[in-house]
Amino acid sequence: MIELRFHGRGGQGAVVASKTLAQAAFLSGRYVQSYPDYGVERRGAPVVAFARIAEEGDDLFVRQDIREPHHLLVLDATLLTNPAVLAGLQPGGWVVANSPDSPASLGIDGRFRVATVDASRIALDHGLGSAAQPVVNTAILGAFVRATGVVTLRDLLAAIRHEVPVKAEENQLAASDAHEQVVLGVPV
Amino acid sequence: MPERLLLTGNHAAAYGAMLSRAEVISAYPITPQTMIVELLSELTASGKLDATFITVESEHSAMAACVGASAAGARTYTATSGQGLALMHEMLHWAVGARLPVVLTNVSRAMAPGWSIWADQTDILSQRDVGWMMLFAESVQEAQDFIIWSYRVAEQVHLPAMVGMDAFILSHTAEPLIVHDQSAVDAYLPKFEPIYALDPEDPRAYGGLVNRDHYFELRYKIFEAMDRAGELLVAAGEEFGEVLGRRYAPLEGYLLDDAEYVIVSAGALTSNVRQAVRDARARGIKVGLLRLVAFRPFPVAAMRRILAGRRKVAVLDRNMGPGHSGIFAAEVRSALFGSSSAPEVFDYVVGLGGRDVRVETILEVLDDLITRDDPEMALFVGVKGLPIGPIRKEAEVLR
Repeated sequence: MIELRFHGRGGQGAVVASKTLAQAAFLSGRYVQSYPDYGVERRGAPVVAFARIAEEGDDLFVRQDIREPHHLLVLDATLLTNPAVLAGLQPGGWVVANSPDSPASLGIDGRFRVATVDASRIALDHGLGSAAQPVVNTAILGAFVRATGVVTLRDLLAAIRHEVPVKAEENQLAASDAHEQVVLGVPV
Repeated sequence: MPERLLLTGNHAAAYGAMLSRAEVISAYPITPQTMIVELLSELTASGKLDATFITVESEHSAMAACVGASAAGARTYTATSGQGLALMHEMLHWAVGARLPVVLTNVSRAMAPGWSIWADQTDILSQRDVGWMMLFAESVQEAQDFIIWSYRVAEQVHLPAMVGMDAFILSHTAEPLIVHDQSAVDAYLPKFEPIYALDPEDPRAYGGLVNRDHYFELRYKIFEAMDRAGELLVAAGEEFGEVLGRRYAPLEGYLLDDAEYVIVSAGALTSNVRQAVRDARARGIKVGLLRLVAFRPFPVAAMRRILAGRRKVAVLDRNMGPGHSGIFAAEVRSALFGSSSAPEVFDYVVGLGGRDVRVETILEVLDDLITRDDPEMALFVGVKGLPIGPIRKEAEVLR
């Protein structure tokens, strides 16, 4: 079983990102679960969502918050100033963060692998969201898929067509661009 | 062909109402249920669901509209949660007394104040005695299927039914769902044919004054119908398996055969109990799970039979009845009372207001169950700063 935690801000699409990634794994025949840790949603406030992907041929029935994720998707790198975001991440796990800077510049503990992608710029290139609030969820997923190989890019693009109601074409392009442009950090 | 989709519990409930061919839907939005009626209003507006969607200004009116529509002979559905269900209370009684098989999904949410939108079953269990059948879904699949199963029985006994689903843990969790083939659901659930229906061509009076000569018998018949619902739930649950591929029953056992210890649970937290039972079995502890699927009618005889001779029973209550115990535990103790081989029942109150009830939480409960001698009335699990145990007498403990 692979457990994933998504950290974003209200309006960035973290909840849809978790459902879309689960959909991609589901389309490839895996049993999955996706759920948001809802507070009372507000734009800009921190948001957490979870996804679980079962081993092939297995199913899942655990229903609890994910405290020790295998990987993290961080839709806004400024959230990393809160140490709780990295809490419980398993050693060797990927932190895939939306940042224009290099993985090393984030100063994340060397036990983890770090990838960065300028998802905000990619989203804006494709007209997703506004300059004040780009919708970065599909871009971050493209980067995540490249770093981890948890699902294929093809399944991700199919999942975006399923889950993203507007600008499906632009969202697929954003995922593909991020898949190409993500910078994978070299383990220290 | 049945379709396999990735959907949330809320959307599964909307599919359940659609597959049941609900003809009138009246609802008022409330978190975390809103997604159900949003989707149903979309399905109705697009013509995918041939139903009348009545918007109202409150849950009381929503149930009043359901009562009216059902009295006119329509298959009727609504959904609500927490405070909304509480506001419906008067009309919930009306649906029972008028013998109307309305089906309702309640996304169980903690009662305010403190204001909370998270899982807690005290809302639905506060409606224990109104005379609605009550089923508790554990999965997204059941959030859909139990609506169909409910209509099948409700329309035979002329009583309404509510399906409970835990807030967020189920309502907002997306997982694989088999959406049944419409023709198969139609074969399972025939068109609603009420004995009496409002008809302008044949005017009659309903719900009028009943004097002391008649009311008692009306109530007796409600009790009798609910009793019959118990048998029909079993039969309709088996038939569900034959026609739609998934067999349901008022109680579900898991690894019970040689179990000395049994954990009784209802709703979504049961999934974690399954995992805990597996983990404990790997450590050599003979423990099993008994899931309460139907709460009303309460499966008294089956529960007595299944629990007889066990060493100890832990009931998990994501609810509480102040002044007594958790509500499920009170019911289980009552069902077992007088049975010569009844085990002692330990009541564990857990997860109020959506607090995470983890697999390890349940393993801690199991350790406590094995070692504890006095069951007390209720044992609280996970109150900050306190070990598992009964309430402390010192008022300052939580200051």
